[in-house]
Amino acid sequence: MSDPDQLCDTKGCEKAASVHVTQILNQQASHHHLCQSCADAKGISAIGSVADVSAVLAQLGSGGPDSQDVGEDPCSFCGLTFARFKETGRLGCPHCYMSYEPSLRRLLERIHGATQHVGKVYLPPDPAAADLDRRLVLLRSRLQRAVAAEDFERAAALRDQILELEPAG
Amino acid sequence: MSDLDRVADFGLGWLDAAGPRADIVLATRVRLARNLQGHPFGSRAREADREAVFKAVEGVVEEVCPRNAVLYRMDQLGGRVRRILLERHLISRELLGKKRREPPPAAAVAASAGDPVSMMVNEEDHLRLQALQSGLRFGEAWRLADELDEETGQRLPLAYHPEFGYLTSCPTNTGTGLRASALVHLPGLVLTKEFDKVHRGISQVGLTFRNLHGEGSRPMGNFFQVSNQTTLGKSEEDLVEHLERVVGTVIQTEMQARNVLMRDAATVTEDKIWRAYGLLRHARALGYEELVNLLSGVRLGLSLKLLPGPPAYTLNQLMVFSQTAHINEAAGRALSRPERHAYRADYVRAALADGAATSGSGGTGRN
Repeated sequence: MSDPDQLCDTKGCEKAASVHVTQILNQQASHHHLCQSCADAKGISAIGSVADVSAVLAQLGSGGPDSQDVGEDPCSFCGLTFARFKETGRLGCPHCYMSYEPSLRRLLERIHGATQHVGKVYLPPDPAAADLDRRLVLLRSRLQRAVAAEDFERAAALRDQILELEPAG
Repeated sequence: MSDLDRVADFGLGWLDAAGPRADIVLATRVRLARNLQGHPFGSRAREADREAVFKAVEGVVEEVCPRNAVLYRMDQLGGRVRRILLERHLISRELLGKKRREPPPAAAVAASAGDPVSMMVNEEDHLRLQALQSGLRFGEAWRLADELDEETGQRLPLAYHPEFGYLTSCPTNTGTGLRASALVHLPGLVLTKEFDKVHRGISQVGLTFRNLHGEGSRPMGNFFQVSNQTTLGKSEEDLVEHLERVVGTVIQTEMQARNVLMRDAATVTEDKIWRAYGLLRHARALGYEELVNLLSGVRLGLSLKLLPGPPAYTLNQLMVFSQTAHINEAAGRALSRPERHAYRADYVRAALADGAATSGSGGTGRN
């Protein structure tokens, strides 16, 4: 919760601070309190910005409930340490998501308000599957999404493509 | 063939202002962040990893990108051409290379003339797929980006997790990897001082405003980008539909603000518009920021039917072709600041005298 008596840090501004930023540079954390207009002027947005990720990351492992994150082993694939991730806000490789899964799940929940992807389902190229089968699976998944989105023109075009490819009978 | 000839018409399709509500929404963009399996992301990638990613993309680009897209390595393009690609939103600052330094190794862009889709390679993520459309057309931009994604994902194994979705370097992109944005012109809201209210409303519904040139840039000419903040927990269709709906509401609010302006301050508003037009028609030196502010006035005048012309197409062209690298290219050398301001003013005067801009550089234009 923000302190209602906290004033904006900007010189000459006496508005109440509503945006609180924790910046970590060279492992030193500094805290800034800004009013909405000064935050806007500095290009700091409320959710999802890099500044915000840093703030959320700063909370991870700062002695709070997430402090068990400190000292996690480096990612076995790319060698990124969790401390380095907290500094940069950037993960090192796809495997990092598995290496730091519990911490990342909490982070994703804070950033997006969710951890379960509900968008496109990805089917990787499968050398074993015949090209035609793979194409049909993809077209059918596109058709389902087009129908769900009530994009009937597209759905009709996809249905025609599927009928063309499907084996007769 | 010079570097510029090769990229001459890239990324210019949206300039035609042919999309719905193109008087207020200059362009909509959908980009998807994707990574290949088995390689570290941009920040941890060694040169060999980056080269491997480039080679993988090179092997499929002809099949994946429609209309003969060509893959250009940043380290094989001159600095000015790279900057032109940046000014056309085809590459990011990261691909340009920081402060005159060399661009990142094996960084590339795939694009083709007149095609609304393009692909950045070896950015923060291995792939950034992009579709750019004129006007308010999120559905179409998403469809194009989705097709490019399907074609790519069928040929290159992408990093994907059943719970988290598409895996990206920055956790703010995880899930769909989708960032959709509209470049909107909101002079009515700014002049009636209603903009802050709309800005606050936008952030309460999970969207964000940025200035014309993205995060951290200065406000310019009442142009703003509206985009989604979160990428996980909603489907791509939901994300773009939500954005389209909210941008529709922003347009309505902007139209109401314009009605208020014309009801309560018609003379002042008309005067501002005609002064902007007059300055563009007669100025002998123009900075880019000043130009964009004046174009904002003329755009408003055109939309309110207070000015007989020029067409929105010309205004869009002036915004793109009057940027620094485009001007330098048209002049054939790096101009000093005063020279550039004079060159820009000459170009703008000629374009407005013709009633249609001819390309300042590179693009074939429509004379």
